[in-house]
Amino acid sequence: MIANYGYKDGSGEYFISIDTDKCDGCGDCVGACPYGVLITGEDPNDPFREEPVAMVSEDHRKKIKYSCAPCKPVSDRPPLPCVAACGSGAIEHSW
Amino acid sequence: MTEEFWRWTESRWTSPDIDWKSGDIITAGCDVGSVSTQAVVMVDGQLYCYANMRTGSDSPDSAMRAINWALEGTGMTLDDIQYSVGTGYGRVNVPFAQRAITEIACHARGANFIYGSTVRTVLDMGGQDCKAIHCDERGKVVSFLMNDKCAAGTGRGMEVFADLLNVPITQIGELSLQVDEEPEPVSSTCVVFAKSEASALLRSGWPKEKVIAAYCSAMAHRVVTLLERIGMEEDFAITGGIAKNIGVVSRLEKELGVKALQTDYDTQLAGAIGAALFAKALVEKQRKGK
Ligand code: SF4
Ligand code: SF4
Repeated sequence: MIANYGYKDGSGEYFISIDTDKCDGCGDCVGACPYGVLITGEDPNDPFREEPVAMVSEDHRKKIKYSCAPCKPVSDRPPLPCVAACGSGAIEHSW
Repeated sequence: MTEEFWRWTESRWTSPDIDWKSGDIITAGCDVGSVSTQAVVMVDGQLYCYANMRTGSDSPDSAMRAINWALEGTGMTLDDIQYSVGTGYGRVNVPFAQRAITEIACHARGANFIYGSTVRTVLDMGGQDCKAIHCDERGKVVSFLMNDKCAAGTGRGMEVFADLLNVPITQIGELSLQVDEEPEPVSSTCVVFAKSEASALLRSGWPKEKVIAAYCSAMAHRVVTLLERIGMEEDFAITGGIAKNIGVVSRLEKELGVKALQTDYDTQLAGAIGAALFAKALVEKQRKGK
């Protein structure tokens, strides 16, 4: 499942997508994220999934544009810590 | 008492064709939304009875009132229900539910039941938010997107709007189609802004129908932008209360260039039906595990 968390507003589209088929719930992205945007836990959208899955925490869903801003300088953007940490390539950002 | 224009009809129903006593698996689903609450009971995966009512001030109480109303006159009690699942905004506050499952999963599953296995894109236009969901032929979620930020352009927004214009909410859709020419959409679907914008338009002499048309089309447009990101795959279905608003639905269809599937079911029931079907699957899983 591709889970899109975030929103679209007048200034653009801000979505973090997690491919739950690729994600094994290892939690590496959680440790890598300096701002607590990502969490792992029981998949709330798939009652039959056994292993944990990564998702954007409830607190950050409405403000990820700002939460993630420090990781996204306008010029010379380094790889995003969360994306770099995920060995299975399960995380994508829309902006 | 003054008329309450936002008020939609609460309802309950029992299937005349099902004898629940001869059923094997009896499950319930309860969808506690910010605006409305539905409780359904299913007997072996068939819809047996339901109640659809307005959410009260607290979720546990709303859930209990809904299930009690659904069971009224059926002879069934809560003890006869083997497994219940809560969903919706108040899903963790359903006192009789053993488990909570998100609306996303439940609406996809419910749409699959209501509209059939050909549904691939489900748009849930609920009281407080709007979600776009892709699902497979079994109603399993393939991808989803919900606009987490703005609660505008939803059932609650429509209620506020109906009240402002003194038009019964069930007539908004029809009225919005009684315009000779489609007006520009209002610039904002945000409940607060749309309200002041609508008041200004009324003062400047716009007829009600035209203001309503502008609002419906703004709402439709906003949802289309949600769908643009996730993509449109047919068949397409709408769940939730706004699915009953022909003014929004017809404009949405026009902008998307696709027709939404039709149903005789109450579209507000999709989440609760999905929840009850998950409850059935969980009972089956438990049995297998034994
Ligand atoms: S971009 Fe930075 S803040 Fe945003 S989720 Fe990734 S690591 Fe966390
Ligand atoms: S690092 Fe990747 S695989 Fe591990 S929990 Fe995060 S998203 Fe999932």
